[in-house]
Amino acid sequence: MADLIGRDFTPPDLRAKVTGRAKYAEDFRADGMLFCRLLKSPMPHARVRAIDATEALRMDGVIAILTADEVPEQQGPANNILTNEPHFVGEPILAVAAVDETTAQDAIEAIKLDLEPLPFCLDPLESLKPGGPNARTDGNTIVPREGVKEIKWKPEDFVGTDDGKLPMGEPTTEWSFGDLEKGFAEATLIVDESFVTASHSHHSMEPRTAMAYWQNGKCYVHGSSQSQAIVLPGLANYIGVEPENLVYIAEYCGGGFGSKGGAYPIMAIPAHMSKKTGRPVLMRISRAEEYFLGSARPGFQGNLKIGFREDGRMTAADLYIVQENGPNSGFGDMGSAAGALSIVYTPQAMRFRGISVLTNTPPRGAQRGPGQNQMATAIEPLLDKAARELGIDRVAIRRINAPDNDSRYGANQGPITSAHLREALDIGAARFGWAERSNRSGQRTGSKVIGIGVGQAFHSAGSSGFDGLVRITPDGKLHVHTGIGNLGTYSYAATSRVAAEVLKYRWEHTVLVRGNSSHHLPWNNGQFGSNTSFTMTRTNYAAAMDALQKLKDLAARELGGEADDYDITNETVFRRDNPSRYITYAQAAQRAIEAGGAYSGYEAPDDINPMTRRSVEGLVGTGLIGVARDNLERRGTVPALAAGFIEIEIDVETGRIEILDYLGVADCGTVLHPQSLSNQIKGGAVMGFGMACTERHIYDSKWGLPGGVGFYQAKPPSYVDVPSEMDWAAVGIPDPQNPVGAKGVGEPLMGCAAAALLCAISDALGGHYFNRTPVVRDMIVNAFMGQDQSHRPLQVNTQ
Amino acid sequence: MIKDMIPGFELFQPTEIESALELLDRFGEDGWALAGGYDSLDWFKNRGKHPEAVIDLQGLAELNRIVEIPNGIEIGALTTLTEIENNPTIRERFGLLAEAASKVASPQIRNAGTLGGNLCQDARCWYYRYGVSCYRAGGNTCYASAPEALNREHAIFGVNRCVAVTPSDTAVALVALDAEMVIRNSGGERIINAEDFFMEPSSDITRMTVLEPSELLTAIRVPNTWIDADFYFEKVTDRNSWDFALVSIASAIKNSDGQINDARIVCGAVQCIPRRLENVEAMIRGRVQDENTAAQAGALAVQNAEPLNYNHFKIPLMENLVKRAVRG
Repeated sequence: MADLIGRDFTPPDLRAKVTGRAKYAEDFRADGMLFCRLLKSPMPHARVRAIDATEALRMDGVIAILTADEVPEQQGPANNILTNEPHFVGEPILAVAAVDETTAQDAIEAIKLDLEPLPFCLDPLESLKPGGPNARTDGNTIVPREGVKEIKWKPEDFVGTDDGKLPMGEPTTEWSFGDLEKGFAEATLIVDESFVTASHSHHSMEPRTAMAYWQNGKCYVHGSSQSQAIVLPGLANYIGVEPENLVYIAEYCGGGFGSKGGAYPIMAIPAHMSKKTGRPVLMRISRAEEYFLGSARPGFQGNLKIGFREDGRMTAADLYIVQENGPNSGFGDMGSAAGALSIVYTPQAMRFRGISVLTNTPPRGAQRGPGQNQMATAIEPLLDKAARELGIDRVAIRRINAPDNDSRYGANQGPITSAHLREALDIGAARFGWAERSNRSGQRTGSKVIGIGVGQAFHSAGSSGFDGLVRITPDGKLHVHTGIGNLGTYSYAATSRVAAEVLKYRWEHTVLVRGNSSHHLPWNNGQFGSNTSFTMTRTNYAAAMDALQKLKDLAARELGGEADDYDITNETVFRRDNPSRYITYAQAAQRAIEAGGAYSGYEAPDDINPMTRRSVEGLVGTGLIGVARDNLERRGTVPALAAGFIEIEIDVETGRIEILDYLGVADCGTVLHPQSLSNQIKGGAVMGFGMACTERHIYDSKWGLPGGVGFYQAKPPSYVDVPSEMDWAAVGIPDPQNPVGAKGVGEPLMGCAAAALLCAISDALGGHYFNRTPVVRDMIVNAFMGQDQSHRPLQVNTQ
Repeated sequence: MIKDMIPGFELFQPTEIESALELLDRFGEDGWALAGGYDSLDWFKNRGKHPEAVIDLQGLAELNRIVEIPNGIEIGALTTLTEIENNPTIRERFGLLAEAASKVASPQIRNAGTLGGNLCQDARCWYYRYGVSCYRAGGNTCYASAPEALNREHAIFGVNRCVAVTPSDTAVALVALDAEMVIRNSGGERIINAEDFFMEPSSDITRMTVLEPSELLTAIRVPNTWIDADFYFEKVTDRNSWDFALVSIASAIKNSDGQINDARIVCGAVQCIPRRLENVEAMIRGRVQDENTAAQAGALAVQNAEPLNYNHFKIPLMENLVKRAVRG
């Protein structure tokens, strides 16, 4: 198994992307198509008293409006399709369809909207104060399994918090393991600090446009999503059709970073509008709208109390997180943050407490390393602080706490499949020249100071139990049907190569079938959570093994003997004892059709998902069908781990940071596709640098207005903010619970870079520690000049 | 609230400057001169400005050239920032302007953005750009100077109701070079100093420059007066592309034998107009160009600065930039 795995290749969709021929959701047109635009809330929280669209509907070219009363209402704090009680600036209230977009927007401006302003909240801690504002009329937090509740902390919880100490009142989530008190009692050093990590946007290059039309009872939707199969049930539900009557087309996606993992409600608006008007409808989402609707990473206000032994071993960790969750159900970042702490540093005892507080800011969702990456930015500089106080090298304090294959994860201290963070640190330290470079820490030339940093991060990166589906057709080709999606990482293709590898296929003879649910795709996980590499290598392996068995069976039927007497080579099945007796894959496909039954899809395994079953039914009699649920063994969490090493130069007179060098090291098991991994390591680092130093939501506290609604305001880094050459490496130790040894890694590659950069900034400034991300220019200038910072401790949404 | 959908307008594409001026005259407040489009289209998309007629200047060849004039050069207002950055004459004699142009936005924007457009662009205050009804937008309040307002990027000098700052990188360089602006309307031409081109909010809070609706900035004249000077330009931003200055500085300093003979020093992003530091220039004239002079210059530059909630970092930042400029 080494012909395809671990080698670079040209993914089949690459040429179309670089030549511009790739069609994204907004590139599709249909006869009679209308354009729709959204009327969005100008207020952070309001109730619609009345909508007068009389004048708008009289305008030439205006066809229809669609209001919240005409679309399925979403329960409780779920994100809405349209709403009569907007909970954030930019929440869609209604849609207008017209013959062109200008007319639709003109019509929106002609609509008289009567809104009743309601109290709003931007700062979680304000909401927790007695008498503080609630983001929703029914409460300010979501209690697990109970829904929206109001929780106010006691006045005494806030005593003494003016100096920046996080108040820690009643949490909604709490868990622990080990003996925390004992852990702190045994500690030589206890670090106890509060921190803030800012919310920030996803900046997906392709805004979440959707186009829809209905034909013969089926609804066709062109959407922008990371995933393919997993979008169907959710989107069908938003539209109000059975999944089998929904055709979902998403061949390309211009980035999602977690914000397009599954179906999202506004994706259903064109389908509802199309149903209402009887015409195809395209809803293009603009860049500014993407900042309202495009999800965001939750911010944290937190406190970390960590005990260390003299040798740097973490004896106890006590974590409290107040999560800024937006107004809706949000995402479970805080729990994932705690999980990350438990596995990256393997504390001997740990407690996590958290509360997720609702705010009238954009709905939160998963963003690359949700929770884990905030954790990395909060805790890694503290680790450095401890290392300095204990007189330990900063890589050494990470090594001593790093997990191994026997380490346990999270609240339940469950098993993991493999962990090689220590090896990643060793490889990185050697390759980066950590020891020599550390001598340059704090070295000043003129106004410029050198800083060196190392950072680590984690994400749970693998799933199981999904289906694989392959097909060999009488022309001899292998068709790998993949329902994972095409986020843009090419992992849909890299993981499909496993099927070709198992069947010893030439890649040139392999066809990837994907991007359109009418093309008979299997039930697959979403392309999120760094899980594709682990999950999809398993499904494709399982399906290919089924096909392999069928090839041997068919050969035995044709040429005599038992299936076990046969082996494969050069796309033929041959008798081991007489290689001159063989049938080609093309012949086998023909025989499969003739044999019927499970060979060509007339029968399918009982344990596959109904979606996969429908796909197999659609392929009946067209070739040799390999189909199976991934029932391979998996015990425990699949850790993706990463370490980043960085050297920077800070101009202390201007706060300008120049990144001189960066190395990212991945623990992702077997490397499937080196070029893609390299891109992930470097791209993840660029995203991490933005998280560390420039990106954040800002909200005017009086009006609730967002200040970052364009690239130039939200400030993601670009290629000129990073070195033109960055280095990468991989540990390369196979994961024992994956047939090819692979596991995912996309997400921690961002967090380790963000953490490394923050650690390097503190290093350059002589150990000064901000307890806040992003560390923007003015914070560095203020710190170096000995001025107070502009923001109050624990304040959120600052500039 | 941002609309992101350009409304309809009548588009004129004159090929003679006289026709363009006639159109500007005809439409007055309802007309809009379009150059590279980076500021204009932003306003149109957000429906923050609703011109009836857009006069596209791209067909006016005479506005897109760099010519020698007695004692200097004249740069057509339509010259792109990339052309300014790469022009051999400008690089050789007015490196300060080339440097400033090279720091504007991103390569793509510099390829289409013009010198005239960069000088005439509107304020970048995020509240104003968001579309609130503030003083500058014709309303009766300033959102950015409210007690809890987020005003990190705003002014520390010369505040008068509006706290927005000049966003132009080339403006500070041209004031430092003592350039002149050539302004035309259908009735003729007027020439004013670059320093007087920019509008204080105390004079007219709704305009960034002295241009009347019927007027066009056609060219910028840069005199040879400062070609022998040492130039210094620096723009501090959050990131290295597509970012406006937190503070910028442009200076031209003439010296001989370590002594400063004359200087022009201008800061951007600290006031609504490019802030010329005449007191600093006067103080350093005749002084030895050393660390001590630089430190005194820096301290003097920020005297009487008045920070808002989130921008007191601009004071040491400006002080440091002045020091660096004077230090040479």
